[in-house]
Amino acid sequence: MTDATAPESQAPRAGTLFAPDNRPRRRNAAERRFRAYGLTAVGLSILALVVLLSSVIGNGAGAFRQTFVEIPLTLDARIVDPKGNRNIDEMKKVTTIGYGRQLEASMVAAVAAAGLKTEGISDKDIAGLLSKEAAATLRNRVLANPALVGETITFRALANGRVDGFFKGRVTMESAELDSNVTPEQLGLAQRMREAGLITLAFNPDFLLGSDASEVRPEAAGLGVAILGSAYMMIIVLVLALPIGVAASIYLEEFAPKNRWTDLIEVNIANLAAVPSIVFGILGLAIFINMMGLPQSAPIVGGLILTLMTLPTIIIATRVSLAAVPPSIRDAALGVGASRMQAVFHHVLPLALPGILTGTIIGMARALGETAPLLLIGMVAFVREYPAAPPEGFFDPASALPVQVYNFTQRADPAFVERASGAIIVLLAFLICMNAAAIILRRRFERRW
Amino acid sequence: MSLLKLTVSSLAVVAASAGIAAARDNIQSAGSSTVLPYATIVAEAFGENFDFPTPVVESGGSGAGRKKLCEGVGENTIDIANSSSRIKQSDIDLCAQNGVNEIMEVRIGYDGIVFASDIQGPDFAFTPADWFKALAAQVVVDGKLVANPNKSWKDVNGDLSDQPILAFIPGTKHGTREVFDEKVILAGCEESGAMEAFAAANGGDEDKAEELCMTLRTDGASVDIDGDYTETLSRISANKDAIGVFGLSFYQNNTDKLKVATMSGVTPSVETIAAGDYPVSRPLYFYVKNAHLDVIPGLQEYIEFFVSDEMAGPDGPLAAYGLVSDPELAKTQEMVANREPMGPLSN
Repeated sequence: MTDATAPESQAPRAGTLFAPDNRPRRRNAAERRFRAYGLTAVGLSILALVVLLSSVIGNGAGAFRQTFVEIPLTLDARIVDPKGNRNIDEMKKVTTIGYGRQLEASMVAAVAAAGLKTEGISDKDIAGLLSKEAAATLRNRVLANPALVGETITFRALANGRVDGFFKGRVTMESAELDSNVTPEQLGLAQRMREAGLITLAFNPDFLLGSDASEVRPEAAGLGVAILGSAYMMIIVLVLALPIGVAASIYLEEFAPKNRWTDLIEVNIANLAAVPSIVFGILGLAIFINMMGLPQSAPIVGGLILTLMTLPTIIIATRVSLAAVPPSIRDAALGVGASRMQAVFHHVLPLALPGILTGTIIGMARALGETAPLLLIGMVAFVREYPAAPPEGFFDPASALPVQVYNFTQRADPAFVERASGAIIVLLAFLICMNAAAIILRRRFERRW
Repeated sequence: MSLLKLTVSSLAVVAASAGIAAARDNIQSAGSSTVLPYATIVAEAFGENFDFPTPVVESGGSGAGRKKLCEGVGENTIDIANSSSRIKQSDIDLCAQNGVNEIMEVRIGYDGIVFASDIQGPDFAFTPADWFKALAAQVVVDGKLVANPNKSWKDVNGDLSDQPILAFIPGTKHGTREVFDEKVILAGCEESGAMEAFAAANGGDEDKAEELCMTLRTDGASVDIDGDYTETLSRISANKDAIGVFGLSFYQNNTDKLKVATMSGVTPSVETIAAGDYPVSRPLYFYVKNAHLDVIPGLQEYIEFFVSDEMAGPDGPLAAYGLVSDPELAKTQEMVANREPMGPLSN
């Protein structure tokens, strides 16, 4: 109607809606630019992720497969039981150096039996194809079962790291020429042994289950102690941080009066969540080790420090989920005669639980990847003994997964690069599992109002 | 309610388990990252061949290890500090203050410091004077002290290749840096005559002259590496013109990537260092808290095993890894067997 009354002569003020003029053009261009920026940012982060993952997986996938040597071996009583009385205490006097001689003899015999050429290779070099761990493997096997002395057994042991690198493409004939730890002749023999079936490349469960090894035997290094140590610390964090954190937040959110003191506590919790983790390490060293006298390198101390670190995260997440439960739920419960505590524990808490668990798991995932605080309490260390079963095991020395990655990257032998990347893959797998659990919990149980 | 119970009971479990924390039965050591590989090799062999648990070996640096050793006596303190430099009077004072009175000093052998560059690059034959002239902040040109003008190794010494000067040297927190400063830079300073020039310029003050000798240029030709040798190696792989400072054992594990330079005409190797021909080497030590010897099971056995001929001798696994065996090892073995604590520092 107003259209009809408009005077015909009055022209549209500037342009029409059908022909865009400068202002909408500029606005549309700005929006297109913003979208392009956004896409670039997403693209860059995906690229970074792809580069990171492909380099880690490319370097580390090999750590899960290892080269093994399998030879028939006759245990010479003159070497492994010189007294000849099968007394276990006497036999323990034979060190791994003695078993090394046994291995050398058996390797030479096995290679000769297979009819392989060994010109220009000394007996010591033939035995050098085996890992230095092999002597310990054999010694443990014999001491566990002294009846084996004099028998012929099939002995399977790790191959030397350089031989392993050769079959994985890390070591080549050209690099062996320059390498003081392996000769091209040795690699040639390894190649022939593989063709003869004495050397195989197979899945290596010891990478996940075995303990760390020294610099001279990278092939034997495993993550068992580190995984156990990390698991122990996570148990401690869960058992301590979850109840304490939830109790603190329920009190602050549902019961505490709103006054200056609770405000102060709130501000401090928020600040604590942003404190760098190394600070908690220093605190832990001073309180738990120096004052309370807890042992060094122990998961209990690591767990306590990570608990302190995770608590603010859990408290904040829990308070947010408690606050998200509508007041009508509380009012209804109170209205039918429930006490405040009953209202909270029977009605509010179950509804807030998915959010609490998500917050807890994400806090724990952060704690799992933490290295800095562990540096100060002696967990960044070479630990070969498995900690005992809990609760005593909480006090035994142990390593942790991120620490093991750090340790591997510091070692001189190039084979440890593969180990470090393999350890990163394991750590990432744990983190992905934890985050997936958090997402599933949220999806399954979260309720919206 | 149940949550409250859970909290209380879990706290109780933790408190109770703190009570059952048994006496420590494993050896704990900490310290130098240079000694670390040797210590882990010995620890591993010890765990394999003895009925004691494998000792725990922590890294963290020589100074940090000695400080931890001196924290006090008791099961929550470490037993052994690994060190790539000799203990300092300040450490001994700290120890005494905390009740750690008897410390045993055990020299395990010698370690060489080598200069290596990318395997594809040219050969280098250095003298300490070359390094001083290449890296010092001030050098002598035509009898006058001037800010270091040298751009390439050829400027330093006509026999060296025409490659820009770029050196990755250990950062000041490393024990290796001390040896580098003393045995290379300071020696080169004296050798090239710059020391006298510095002394003359400062009215004969020799301390000041030494300090000036060891002041390195800051224009990017000399780069401090605070990480470990793996970092130096990756920097060299990225920058083929650079020369890095490594431990002998690290070089021996990476001979397919690195080319070693001679120093004063001598190629570094276990043999030349043992013979005393190669000039840049240093002793490696560990320090034992004697008060722990009868408390921690296996400690005495471990240190005796460490210095035994089987491990630290010239044919042992430590020598195979790059440790230069100590010619006076027998003396050390005797000292360890007698548990002789170290006397006051002589200098």
